[in-house]
Amino acid sequence: MSITVRLKKGLDLQLVGGIDNISAVTEVTAADNAIFPDDFPGFEPKLDVKEGQSVALGEPLLHDKRDERIKLVSPVEGKVKAVVRGERRHIERIVIEPAAAAAADARPLSIEGISRLSADEARTELMQRGLWALMRQRPYDIVPEPDIAVRDIFITAFDSAPLADNRIDYSAQELQAGIAMLGKLTAGKIYLSRRPNAKLPSLAGVEDIVVEGPHPAGNVGVQIANIAPVNKGEAVITLDITSLGRIGRTLLSGSFDNSACVALTGSEVAEPQLIKTTIGADIASTIKGRLKTADHHQRIISGNVLTGIKVSTDSYLHFPWRQLTVIAEGDDVDEFMGWASLSPKKMSQSRSFLSWLFGPKKFNPDARLLGGRRALILSEQYERLMPMDIVAEYLLKAIIGRDIEKMEQLGIYEVAPEDFALGEWADASKIPAQQIVREGLDYLRKELR
Amino acid sequence: MKPIKKLLDKTRHHFEPGGRLHAFHSVFDGMETFLFTPNTTSKSGVHIHDAIDSKRVMIIVVLALMPCLLFGMYNTGYQHWVATGASEMPFWSLMLYGFLAVLPKIAVSYIVGLGIEFTVAQWRKEEIQEGFLVTGILIPLICPVATPLWMIAVATAFSVIFVKEVFGGTGYNIFNVALVTRAFLFFAYPAKMSGDQVFVATDSIAGLGSGGVVDGFTGATPLGQVATQAGQQAITITDTMGHDLSTWDMFLGLIPGSFGETSTLAILIGAAILLFTGIASWRIVCSVFAGGAVMAFIAHHFATPLYPASMLSVADQLCLGGFAFAAVFMATDPVTAARTKTGKYIYGFLVGAIAIIIRTYNNGYPEGAMLAVLLMNAFAPLIDWCVVEANARRRRKRAIIANPSTDLTEK
Repeated sequence: MSITVRLKKGLDLQLVGGIDNISAVTEVTAADNAIFPDDFPGFEPKLDVKEGQSVALGEPLLHDKRDERIKLVSPVEGKVKAVVRGERRHIERIVIEPAAAAAADARPLSIEGISRLSADEARTELMQRGLWALMRQRPYDIVPEPDIAVRDIFITAFDSAPLADNRIDYSAQELQAGIAMLGKLTAGKIYLSRRPNAKLPSLAGVEDIVVEGPHPAGNVGVQIANIAPVNKGEAVITLDITSLGRIGRTLLSGSFDNSACVALTGSEVAEPQLIKTTIGADIASTIKGRLKTADHHQRIISGNVLTGIKVSTDSYLHFPWRQLTVIAEGDDVDEFMGWASLSPKKMSQSRSFLSWLFGPKKFNPDARLLGGRRALILSEQYERLMPMDIVAEYLLKAIIGRDIEKMEQLGIYEVAPEDFALGEWADASKIPAQQIVREGLDYLRKELR
Repeated sequence: MKPIKKLLDKTRHHFEPGGRLHAFHSVFDGMETFLFTPNTTSKSGVHIHDAIDSKRVMIIVVLALMPCLLFGMYNTGYQHWVATGASEMPFWSLMLYGFLAVLPKIAVSYIVGLGIEFTVAQWRKEEIQEGFLVTGILIPLICPVATPLWMIAVATAFSVIFVKEVFGGTGYNIFNVALVTRAFLFFAYPAKMSGDQVFVATDSIAGLGSGGVVDGFTGATPLGQVATQAGQQAITITDTMGHDLSTWDMFLGLIPGSFGETSTLAILIGAAILLFTGIASWRIVCSVFAGGAVMAFIAHHFATPLYPASMLSVADQLCLGGFAFAAVFMATDPVTAARTKTGKYIYGFLVGAIAIIIRTYNNGYPEGAMLAVLLMNAFAPLIDWCVVEANARRRRKRAIIANPSTDLTEK
């Protein structure tokens, strides 16, 4: 029995640079790999390794100050090439160079083995194998607190973000192993949301949710809001299906699953394609010879255009290691009186540009803000793209005003920055909404601790 | 466009800190972002942005006001020609006359308003905001054509400073800036701003139009005429020469009135632009008309000679005065209107209903649209508060049902 959720609000941005042929997969061997602790909000990193030290695949690189058992592990077998620090010795990334190292002992668990674990043992297994950090907790959108009381678990089995690919590289057995493990964490339900036509094996122990509607339908926060919203005092765990598969495969095989299937997309990519590599792979190897030659600047985004992270060619793939988008930067464009433009190439949700005249078509926007930052002028810009019962504008104002009581009343526990991304795209006032929400969540967590 | 870009690049250093013209850097920034879309790229969050920005929003509203402006020019010329008893109506002469009549007002409103905006932006070290682009054109459109220029200057300065800038500038004001300008004129100079002397231009401009007004001319607006007919069993509305006006005439708008407000047709063209582009909220526009229609129907149903405007039909009520203009261009100002979905319906309905109530049941004010919008501007935050509070209450209720033990008492 499946439950269908139909969403009306939202928008699928039509961008140039999608993958046509999803069966052609290019294998790429990374020159080196890196892990960014900042990709795991809430994780307070403490180093376990030194530069130059040999590490096995899946060997801990960092642990969490909140609980020593929570680890971030090495994405490959090799040597710690560098621990890059920023201001105030903040650890920016740990770079691992592949090299032969003493292999770690594989500690496989069968499905029966998983079923025999106690709840505490299951947590410890996930934490020590570097799998706990792949999950998020709501409220706060952070790596789950070690002692979290999990009401339910929500898994999104599809990514509705622009140009995202929805290939699932894990077997039914691996996914089922992941579900079995997650079942140890909660007495509640495990919800798995998928598209109506998804090619997904049927899994035992999950509530099957079918989600229809445009982006942000794939955001797990949107799914929660429409299935069983998070109330004050409750906590749920969220993850995507790739992380579920990674958990399952790691447990079954006993060694950390470091495979990454990355969708290389965007208007500046010569031939958008799927790339099979390792997590945290270096950008240079991943894009080498695959971008269009251009006389303008290009922006490389690890992730999608709405929530991704800007990276340079000497950087590395960021969590969740699923997508790499390359678009034009646009800082070298001098557009004369763009606000008066009659061009049909302008991408806009409003019909104040002439692009609506020419029917549905794909756009290739660059990274410009296309306007100055202003106070909020137009109303309902966020609400109309957010299929959640949240008055987003007032929540944003409460966050900016650091009004904790108001934030709670307006549902801060239900949101993650990514839920505001589409509204941030549409906003004529060019307000950095995701940043505001992230800072608000961090502030709230600090104040209420 | 390369030469302009080069010129900007070459002169930029003068305006940067330490440069000779640093005092004018806001002006420079304003010009530069006006001429060239800023090429700053996103630093955090989304990497692409909708092409719409506040300049585009404002320019669309200005565009939507063009039919009203053009019709106002024609109507001003037309009324003048009628008043002077001319037998021929040469189109381009009428337009030119109207153009010359309104041009100084537009110039004064922009010079005063933008002057203040530039100064304040400079003082606060902020970018120049575009809000006044719309306000500046709205002011001449909602003022009677014969309003003295100095009054417009004083009123504009008053409202830009005390209604907008003291609150923080565009996006922070509580009241509609253009409407406060109009209200300031109305209450500060009542003798000059009402009656039948200001709504028709009777002087010749730059040699256009001969000065003499013919016998039998009266420049009262239809609503002005209605207000004087208390106690009569039937009301009559005439044009300036005493001919009866039909609802169709009122819809087309060749009648005396504030410059851009007379033609419901022109206003509806503007409304179509605003609603199609999605800049204005259809919820507000529709509910203002709905509120006005309901109240006009009630008033008409209980028509009494004591309040002559109650004898007007629903269609007349909606076409006359500034009602339609207020519904489309004033009530929809997103900054001063209600901002929540439900709030917009309530806000709009009350604007419409109150406009008709004031107009009908208060013989002191022949027109109520301005006051209704200003009143509801003051109440819009309260309406939104109720809507937002309802959302918070839903959430609280849900939490209590889920966890009866949690302490979530209503505060």
